[in-house]
Amino acid sequence: MQKFNKVKSIPAYLPIVNIDTDMLIPKQFLKTIKRTGLGKNLFHEMRYDEKGIEIDQFILNKAPYNKSKILIAGKNFGCGSSREHAPWALLDFGITCVISSSYADIFYNNCFKNGILPIVIDEEQIKQISEYSLRKEEIEVDLVNEKIKFGNNEIGFEIDPFKKKCLLEGLDDIALSLEKTDKILSFEKKLKDSKPWIFND
Amino acid sequence: MPLTLYDKIWNDHLVHQQEDGTSLLFVDRHLIHEVTSPQAFEGLRSSNRKVRQPNLTLAVADHNVPTTDRTKGISDEESKLQVDTLEKNCKEFGIKLFGMDDKRQGIVHIIGPEQGFTQPGTIIVCGDSHTATHGAFGSLAFGIGTSEVEHVLATQTLVQKKSKNFRINVNGKLPLGVTSKDVILQIIGKIGTAGGTGYVIEYAGDLISSLTVENRMTICNMTIEGGARAGLIQPDEKVFEYLKNKPMSPKNENWDKALEYWETLKSDHGSKFDKEINLEGNDIKPMVTWGTSPQDVITIDGKVPNPKNEKDPDKKNSIERSLKYMGLNPDINAKDIKIDKVFIGSCTNGRIEDLREAAEILKDKKIANHVDAMVVPGSGLVKQQAEQEGLDKIFINSGFEWREPGCSMCLAMNADKLKPGERCASTSNRNFEGRQGRGGRTHLVSPGMAAAAAISGNLDDVRKYQI
Ligand code: SF4
Repeated sequence: MQKFNKVKSIPAYLPIVNIDTDMLIPKQFLKTIKRTGLGKNLFHEMRYDEKGIEIDQFILNKAPYNKSKILIAGKNFGCGSSREHAPWALLDFGITCVISSSYADIFYNNCFKNGILPIVIDEEQIKQISEYSLRKEEIEVDLVNEKIKFGNNEIGFEIDPFKKKCLLEGLDDIALSLEKTDKILSFEKKLKDSKPWIFND
Repeated sequence: MPLTLYDKIWNDHLVHQQEDGTSLLFVDRHLIHEVTSPQAFEGLRSSNRKVRQPNLTLAVADHNVPTTDRTKGISDEESKLQVDTLEKNCKEFGIKLFGMDDKRQGIVHIIGPEQGFTQPGTIIVCGDSHTATHGAFGSLAFGIGTSEVEHVLATQTLVQKKSKNFRINVNGKLPLGVTSKDVILQIIGKIGTAGGTGYVIEYAGDLISSLTVENRMTICNMTIEGGARAGLIQPDEKVFEYLKNKPMSPKNENWDKALEYWETLKSDHGSKFDKEINLEGNDIKPMVTWGTSPQDVITIDGKVPNPKNEKDPDKKNSIERSLKYMGLNPDINAKDIKIDKVFIGSCTNGRIEDLREAAEILKDKKIANHVDAMVVPGSGLVKQQAEQEGLDKIFINSGFEWREPGCSMCLAMNADKLKPGERCASTSNRNFEGRQGRGGRTHLVSPGMAAAAAISGNLDDVRKYQI
């Protein structure tokens, strides 16, 4: 997995609440069997008209936001389906950090598996940093120190220490879990005795 | 210490726990489908890993499959590639698959219970958010992303942190014409789409226990629309009866042992919930959604909201945005909303009892001339059962199309979709923008309400056809 340490960028601000995964990446793009190449389809129905032509006013179509690495959005971001295509599309577009006041559970977890940092701050703070998007000024996100830096200010955020470590080091969590194979084995052994029906044999 | 049902299942599956609470949980049952699994298998292959417990894994193609004549295969090339890839992966890794021509094929959350693969007290995961459905059996069931699918395939475990406990008590009796779909829509309207975030919900109360197992599945299914990780219900006689003699249910002495364990699966008296709410069943009415979020609910005798009455600017904006997308004026009566299409199906309401409920209303009636309506049974076995009961005839005679099983117009990944501006009364679970096709407008309802809408040609009160 790609590591995450710091990112500096003019953020794109999308002041919509409940941005669902159908908005992030509509189903016609779920037919792929790859993880890459979805960036052009991110927010497809807001970004393109029915003929497939870019809608100029949509923020991610406009410079400098078409190069944004940070997306600021309304609460309950990523609700809806479990499709990991949503973070894949963000990543492929170039967004490695999302800032919102809350996220849907599965989406939140999916971000960490793909080197994307989802930050939670409160609505007041969101208003404060969204100004930087409007003014087209850069902000910096620093994971090690858990801080968003902008102008002469900074806002702290919190992140689960284990998730932080995985992001900073780009750890493959399957490999980590496989290190516990002996524990899994003994669990399975016990399970075969206590609940033999689980294994259907 | 008294424990909740969720606490008990959690503790029973703990393989390892780190100091910070990050836990490795054993997964008893893993369901996979064609859309969220190809990249996971690809990952296994590229790192030379195997599937740890192929026997605890069951695969089916459902999201992409055509619901019309299947003898010609899938015409859409990308869909075909995905379905073929699933087949290839299952063969390579030794996983049981219900292919497109299998009688048992159907929506992943319908076939699990149908086969007895879904069992009380188990942890069940699937790369699909509606995995919560299986919680109706007293299992801890939740959706995961594709990286996690790969993790489960490789290790038969999942890394998780524990959620908080939330209990929703529903007491009383459901009035005529009101179903479990209305109960869950009402709950989501009340708690909001993020109301359950960070929680696992246990549904309790005498109304919940009075529901059939399939009706309970409808409630647990839409738990995710309330933002919760999972929703579950204490298993009881009805659940055990439902599972008895299912193909993958425990047999002989294993059945007795399982039953003994299953009977311990309840929240202890005095166990602590971090949040608890109560609902009075007698007050619930038939519900419809008017907007583009499942929390946008009103009763069928209600009116579409007016943004003018909303003070909170965010909420006001979101009402305006939804009304615009839905092509609705503020303050109009729900019953004055004219519809073009009706869809009966999905993992929320595609089971035999749902089809019976709709057929009961449609019997000896015709649907409105301007309405296109279809029934997509949740599985091949549901379809077969319905045909044995003659339900297909009732649907066809009333003007409905009778289709092959799959997800179909619930998410419109196959050919079944709304055209821009078309309005649909749908028994599915999501009314997001574009969910049933770009520009399509969805109103979520119960199967009976969908049937009533088909007859009337507008959203309507099912009770009108029940007296
Ligand atoms: S029926 Fe709809 S909600 Fe259910 S699994 Fe299929 S697409 Fe998802």
